[in-house]
Amino acid sequence: MSIINIQNVTKTFPEGTKALDNVSLSINDGEVFALLGPNGAGKTTLIGVIAGVVQKTDGTITVLGKDTVKDYRQTRGTIGLVPQEIQVDIFLSIKKTLEYQRGFFGKRKNEKLIEKTLKALSLWDKKDAPVGSLSGGMKRRVLIAKALMNEPKILFLDEPTAGVDVELRKGMWDYVKELKKNGTTIILTTHYLEEAEMMADRIGVINKGKIILVEEKKTLMKKLGDKTLEITLDTPIQKIPEKLTQYNLSLTKDGEKITYRYKPGQTGITKLLANIKECGISLKDVETRETSLEEIFLSLIDNNNETKTI
Amino acid sequence: MINWIGLWTIFRKEIERTRTVIVQSIIAPTLTTALYFIVFGAAVGNQITTTGDVSYKQFIVPGLIMMALVTNAMIASASGIYFPRFLGIITDLLAAPMDFVEITFGYTIAAAVRATIIGVLIYLTALFFTPLPIAHPLFVLIFGFLSAWTFACLGMIMGLWAKDFERLFLIPSIVLTPLTFLGGVFYKIDMLPPLWQKITMLNPIFYMIDGLRYGFFGISSTNHCVALSAITVTLIITLTIIKHFFTIGYGLRK
Repeated sequence: MSIINIQNVTKTFPEGTKALDNVSLSINDGEVFALLGPNGAGKTTLIGVIAGVVQKTDGTITVLGKDTVKDYRQTRGTIGLVPQEIQVDIFLSIKKTLEYQRGFFGKRKNEKLIEKTLKALSLWDKKDAPVGSLSGGMKRRVLIAKALMNEPKILFLDEPTAGVDVELRKGMWDYVKELKKNGTTIILTTHYLEEAEMMADRIGVINKGKIILVEEKKTLMKKLGDKTLEITLDTPIQKIPEKLTQYNLSLTKDGEKITYRYKPGQTGITKLLANIKECGISLKDVETRETSLEEIFLSLIDNNNETKTI
Repeated sequence: MINWIGLWTIFRKEIERTRTVIVQSIIAPTLTTALYFIVFGAAVGNQITTTGDVSYKQFIVPGLIMMALVTNAMIASASGIYFPRFLGIITDLLAAPMDFVEITFGYTIAAAVRATIIGVLIYLTALFFTPLPIAHPLFVLIFGFLSAWTFACLGMIMGLWAKDFERLFLIPSIVLTPLTFLGGVFYKIDMLPPLWQKITMLNPIFYMIDGLRYGFFGISSTNHCVALSAITVTLIITLTIIKHFFTIGYGLRK
């Protein structure tokens, strides 16, 4: 079931920049949706128009069936937003920040929720510290805690792990998994594509304000992901033998490794290895790996940019 | 439906902000106005005569209170809305189920209350120097608060308009201070030459000071009902401008 429905949304800034160009997208209830795109692609603007911090120029957005303009009170009440920029009132304590945040959403004070959230994000010990005195990573976790104060059905995470160290990042994602388990729909943008690969159920790619692809992560990886066979040779060779040119192999500069890319299910590996043997080449090691989401993403963006320039 | 808890939260946050910087927000403006009172009322005042039973010391108190009310209300709400914009935390309000009513009333009423506290403190300070019976207490309260609220709304317009700190304090320093000083805080209008009397009549602050003076002493240079109507109309106009800013997202939404 769709929880957010975006229909033909356009956003043109006063100076003429078209940040969103006729975007239509549907987010399913309870899923983790990763919105990927290069800098300036329109990710933050799209999140902003859904959450109500940016005014759209055209189109309609519904959240849980309610229009985000006409029924803004209902729609905003169901959304939690973790902004990309670290924006906090540096003079307030963490606890006060959370109390006020809950109040803005028309909800009464809830000490238990604050305690539970701060403990889950390893911030409880610092609850009375002014937010300005915290490290960058801690401030980012305060942003997450703030976004959870209205107990949202939908959580937007706009680059939530930027500047957060590896260990804390893992902790944050574990917590996000918990939220998903409890039924929260999560829309995330991240520059760490391995995180999107790890977390997302579906992937959307946006470039120059247009959605260029929306796909189940598994299908995407299957459809666009190649597999790579890396063969380490016993003795380096100068060039690929004539007999092997049909495989479109690549040879490293030092002549020690041959790489073979193939689509999953269309391997031809046995034949290739037999042919290599026939050429008198002896092997030291053979390794296969899948193309990462990052490689898929980069090739998608490259293709999209090329199409545009043509 | 109005998000009352949201409105109350903004109000509470603003009052808390006033409390944490109490020296700067309450004590300093009270002290500054008290100094005006001591210098003009006690030192210079002996040389100036006023008509009726009102001494010069008493005469200047409503003007000083009004000066403090409008200046502090304007600065409090202007900085109240500008700082979240400057820090980027305005998104906390924009992403919440709130709009014009909650945000405007939360900030401006908090600013008006802060200014009213300063006004009361100035009144109490003046009592150390001169007796100050109030002829129409309810009128003083309503008129004083409405004036503070109107200037808090003007402050909010400034806070939404300002793109930097210089512009934020441009109106209070360049426009408001001269208008208050020339609005009859320290003198009666009939002490001025005829041309200056006419010019003074164009100054809205003059009517506000005169109206408050009516509340204190029961006497005024103009009709106090006109002053009360003018301030109410100004309040409605400022609220309409702010509502328009919210509709088009001016200073708030990209």
